[in-house]
Amino acid sequence: MNETDNAPRDDRINYNEAPVSVRRRPYFIIAPGLLILIGILIPFAIAIFLSFTNFSFRSTSWRFVGLRNWSDAFADRAFYHAVWVTLRYGFYATLTQMVLGLVVALLLRKDTFYSRVLKVLFTFPLMVAPAIAVLIWQLMTSNSVGVLEGFLNFFGVFDFPWASSHATAMFTAVLIDTWVNTPFILLLVLAGIQSLPKSPFEAAQVDGASSWFIFKTLTFPMLKPFLYIALLFRVMAALQEFGIIFALSKGGPGDTLMNISLTGYITAFQFLRMGKALPYLLVLWMICYVAAWALVKRQRKLAKLAQGY
Amino acid sequence: MDNEQKTNVSSQSKNTALDLLGTFGRNLGLTLYALFALFPLVWMIICSLKLDSEMYNTVFVFSPTLDNYKAVLLGTDYFKAFFQNLIVAGGAVILTIVAGVPAAYALARYDFKKKEDLAFQILSFKFAPEILVILPIFTIFQRIGLYDTYFGLIWVYQLITMPLVIWVVRGYFEEISVEIEQAAQLDGYRWFDIFFDILVPLIKPGLVASALLAFIFAWNSFTFPLVLSGFKIQTMTITSLRYIASDTVHYGQVAVASLVAVSPEIIACLFIQKHLVRGLSFGAVKG
Repeated sequence: MNETDNAPRDDRINYNEAPVSVRRRPYFIIAPGLLILIGILIPFAIAIFLSFTNFSFRSTSWRFVGLRNWSDAFADRAFYHAVWVTLRYGFYATLTQMVLGLVVALLLRKDTFYSRVLKVLFTFPLMVAPAIAVLIWQLMTSNSVGVLEGFLNFFGVFDFPWASSHATAMFTAVLIDTWVNTPFILLLVLAGIQSLPKSPFEAAQVDGASSWFIFKTLTFPMLKPFLYIALLFRVMAALQEFGIIFALSKGGPGDTLMNISLTGYITAFQFLRMGKALPYLLVLWMICYVAAWALVKRQRKLAKLAQGY
Repeated sequence: MDNEQKTNVSSQSKNTALDLLGTFGRNLGLTLYALFALFPLVWMIICSLKLDSEMYNTVFVFSPTLDNYKAVLLGTDYFKAFFQNLIVAGGAVILTIVAGVPAAYALARYDFKKKEDLAFQILSFKFAPEILVILPIFTIFQRIGLYDTYFGLIWVYQLITMPLVIWVVRGYFEEISVEIEQAAQLDGYRWFDIFFDILVPLIKPGLVASALLAFIFAWNSFTFPLVLSGFKIQTMTITSLRYIASDTVHYGQVAVASLVAVSPEIIACLFIQKHLVRGLSFGAVKG
């Protein structure tokens, strides 16, 4: 990209000193986009409001119940279980995908015909909707017609239970998540690798630095801003994962995969107790908001460092 | 693209054995991941061509048939869901571009109060838990008649598409020097000439890549249509749930359904391949 202009950029118009009509201009330009999003934001306020009521889809009348939904949630074992599942799923899925995406991107770095073809093909799983991905993997893992059963038999594993057992359900969901979403990280890291300047690498090469040393001191630090963006998007999505788990097992077996999203959905739409569901989801929102804020702040700092400000 | 290390510059030529090993290891790693990433799709194609009767006793050798395609595409309303999904996801991306690109421009070009906060706020919409947003919207939409309508879905989809496009395109605008605009202004260009003739070509890679990614996320969205659409509008992802839930399992038809659902995205991806990687730097190196 443009690592040519390293000079600090103060060529932006300082609109704080301009006349009022000009000063308002950015807000006008931004307004349509913002209005559309804020229209969607009203529900947040309503959600917080409704979390203090016993609102339900079952009846039209409702009344205030104060903090009862909240205290009920915090007293419920299921709540802590849901938070635990959410965090665990988020951790496993994100970690696996980040490592795999980074490794594959680095392997693709050498520009050969093989790697050029693979760059295109590797993006395909990202196109698969979570629900469809579950379909595909169920077809593969089915114990009767699935092709993986024969493959595992070869290694002496028989009747691997996949999503139907408490012990392997999380693994199966993370596996499908990894299959779909690793290409996203791959794309971002490839974009990062493309924007790396050439000269430091050539200098290191001339000095005879080992590839591990180059990776540790040059490649990885320079890729960090990109990795943070990838991490941000994946952590957020993994903490909220709904589609894959819902399509795979509806949170089962038992409550094995009941993360906050699923618990909230089932409480609201199956048990029809919206007021009860909202504290769960608001807690999820808080977790996401704090995590996103921390990651974005760190990312912008790193990006500035990378720019040499 | 070309910042490949010239591994064999000079002194390293004695390490040819090591290089060979490295090449072997790299290709082995890539092949293993390729198996993981692509085999499920290949298996889908194989299954889609198999008769149900051959499903249990054949693996790779069988007599291919198009019966499954006929059954899914002609026998069900899967085609309808396909086009409805196209309208919703496509409409969402178009609305995002119309409203989001100017917003990205403002966030990149002007320094105004609370700009960074506003930019983060817009991004944070992408990270709002969908289920949380959906519960109140469900009640509101039912009351104001937006439940199960194109407009309602397209509007809600902005949560998926707009933050992504604004975030990426903003990075591109930030890289364009303001002097280009000022020079064009002096030359008597009007603002929309400047915008369409000068700025749009410059942001194109980012716009195309982020719009495609936004389209993919919108097309694949599960939560929103699950809750906000009913009988009138059905998207592919929801329709395909039928195949999971049903007791009579026609594996071949499941495969066809999956393939049809994925096809438009893969076609779009192939068309804009060259922009995809280049366009997704997300302004990551921008401060």
